[in-house]
Amino acid sequence: MKYEFLEHTADIKFRAYGKTLNEVFENAVLAVSEYLSKGQKIKPKKGKIMNVSGRDKESLLYNFLEEIISLLDTENFIVVKAHVMLRGNNLRAEIYGDSASNYNSLDQIKAPTYSEMYIKETKHGWELQAVMDV
Amino acid sequence: MKIKKIAENIWEIEKEEKMNVPGIVFASDSLMEKIKLDKTLEQVNNVAFLQGIVEKSIAMPDAHQGYGFCVGGVAAFDIEKGIISPGGIGYDINCGVRLLATNLKKEELLRKREQVLDELFKNVPSGVGHGGEFKLNDKELDEVLNNGSKWALKKSYATEEDIKHTEDNGCIAGADASKVSQKAKSRGRNQLGTLGAGNHFVEVQEVNEIFNKEIAKIFGLNHEEQIVILIHTGSRGLGHQTASDYIKQMEKEYGFKDLPDRELACAPIGSKLGKEYRSAMASAANFAFTNRQIITHQIRKSFAKYFPKSEIKVVYDIAHNIAKFEEFEINGEKKVLCVHRKGATRSFGPGRKEIPEDYRPVGCPIFIPGSMGTFSYVLVGTNKAREISFASTAHGAGRLLSRTFAKKNISAESLKQELKEKDIAIKAGSVKGMIEEAPEAYKDVNEVVKVSHELGIGNLVAKLKPLAVMKG
Repeated sequence: MKYEFLEHTADIKFRAYGKTLNEVFENAVLAVSEYLSKGQKIKPKKGKIMNVSGRDKESLLYNFLEEIISLLDTENFIVVKAHVMLRGNNLRAEIYGDSASNYNSLDQIKAPTYSEMYIKETKHGWELQAVMDV
Repeated sequence: MKIKKIAENIWEIEKEEKMNVPGIVFASDSLMEKIKLDKTLEQVNNVAFLQGIVEKSIAMPDAHQGYGFCVGGVAAFDIEKGIISPGGIGYDINCGVRLLATNLKKEELLRKREQVLDELFKNVPSGVGHGGEFKLNDKELDEVLNNGSKWALKKSYATEEDIKHTEDNGCIAGADASKVSQKAKSRGRNQLGTLGAGNHFVEVQEVNEIFNKEIAKIFGLNHEEQIVILIHTGSRGLGHQTASDYIKQMEKEYGFKDLPDRELACAPIGSKLGKEYRSAMASAANFAFTNRQIITHQIRKSFAKYFPKSEIKVVYDIAHNIAKFEEFEINGEKKVLCVHRKGATRSFGPGRKEIPEDYRPVGCPIFIPGSMGTFSYVLVGTNKAREISFASTAHGAGRLLSRTFAKKNISAESLKQELKEKDIAIKAGSVKGMIEEAPEAYKDVNEVVKVSHELGIGNLVAKLKPLAVMKG
């Protein structure tokens, strides 16, 4: 399983899994994309490069998720997947997606939150959890 | 956690180690059972850890789990010793509701209902994935942030009367556009006059029942079957990014090791960063007031097409995600406190100077929207609220089920059937959005307002029934 949504009364909460830290961040993007696209198939027509830094892993995740979701407001860009390369508390990502105008109705995520957030190494690799305000 | 019922509709969470004050929950027995189902009470406790909190950490009858503060959370802070926390206000700064009263009757509306709904859907965009019709340059955007609804007045999108019937006259003092980041501005630039997604809506309703004729008349609600319109939205991407920017700065400057939840990042109210956030929050709030004003303009335009003689007045516009500096009496001493309301509505009784002049003799109007397809309520603020709830009451029905659960368990067909049986027309961007907001996903709004009224922290004035619902 790459990611799963969990119960949260008001907001969206998900866990992402991956063999590496890079992969777990990439799978978090898939979860975000599933929510924003309301299940529509988004085509990876456009690509963009993104550099993000944080002060620790959690703030790196927070900042990365924020960049991904704000693309919809600032560049009318809907994400479908990402290729992520972490180095310490910095990352470089190739983001793929499409112009939001090509889709009927999209959802919105207001912001990531630190609420219940974790990133941890497990027996099988890495796991992260995030709650996002919608 | 030790919880005891200390009076009808009032519960106390005993103060434990690290908590500076006890928790107080305003709820009936049945609402309390629902509140206990998620992490609401834990979040009420967490807020009690914060520095300079006065008397109690409060949860309203519609409270549910959020992030940082619970939704429906209220806390007042000493302005010298206390903190200000963006997570106690919410990402959607000045998310709020505005009620419009028309001179139309139900029978008139019903004859053109579908057309009006289509027109509203066309003129009030959700703005998700595409901007609205207002694209502001830097100078204009700064003017909106600094002056709020006054900008709309200058541009003829508002009347003097609209402004008088907006909380703080649609412009919170101390706003400073230079404290809002470029990123926040670029997120909000094209979003004036847009609703957003999630639980935001425009509803055309009828006055279904009037409980207090005298006060209803003062608010412009004159008779049953009068058409009114309720708008629920906030500061869009601009506000979300502003909250995010300051949460990050605050945790960087003041750390989070002593906090029970990193999302409660905060700064002393009097610190440089605390003051900067206050100015940025006021700016984002002004953007939200202007957003609801532009939507009012778009609604007037939509109605005028089918009802050329329609008159649409603003009853009031009130925030439910905001921190306000207000005077209270604490141990016989008058003090200004910083009241955080996150998913809670200000309830000011007769006489408060903050209330518009024509409403001052009776109290401030309060709007409690129900979930899609259920009643909404108009309440009036009370002086009792000043005494027991830092002048606050509920803000809605309050969610009960997660979006995930709603999607799995509620079918589009049964929801459409239910709305049809209740004679409610709906137009939404998607079926998914509709299901997530289905009435079953919420607590019973009738019970929420009953608790408010019984406690006397917001008294019943009128009940509104939806006829046409528009969702982003």
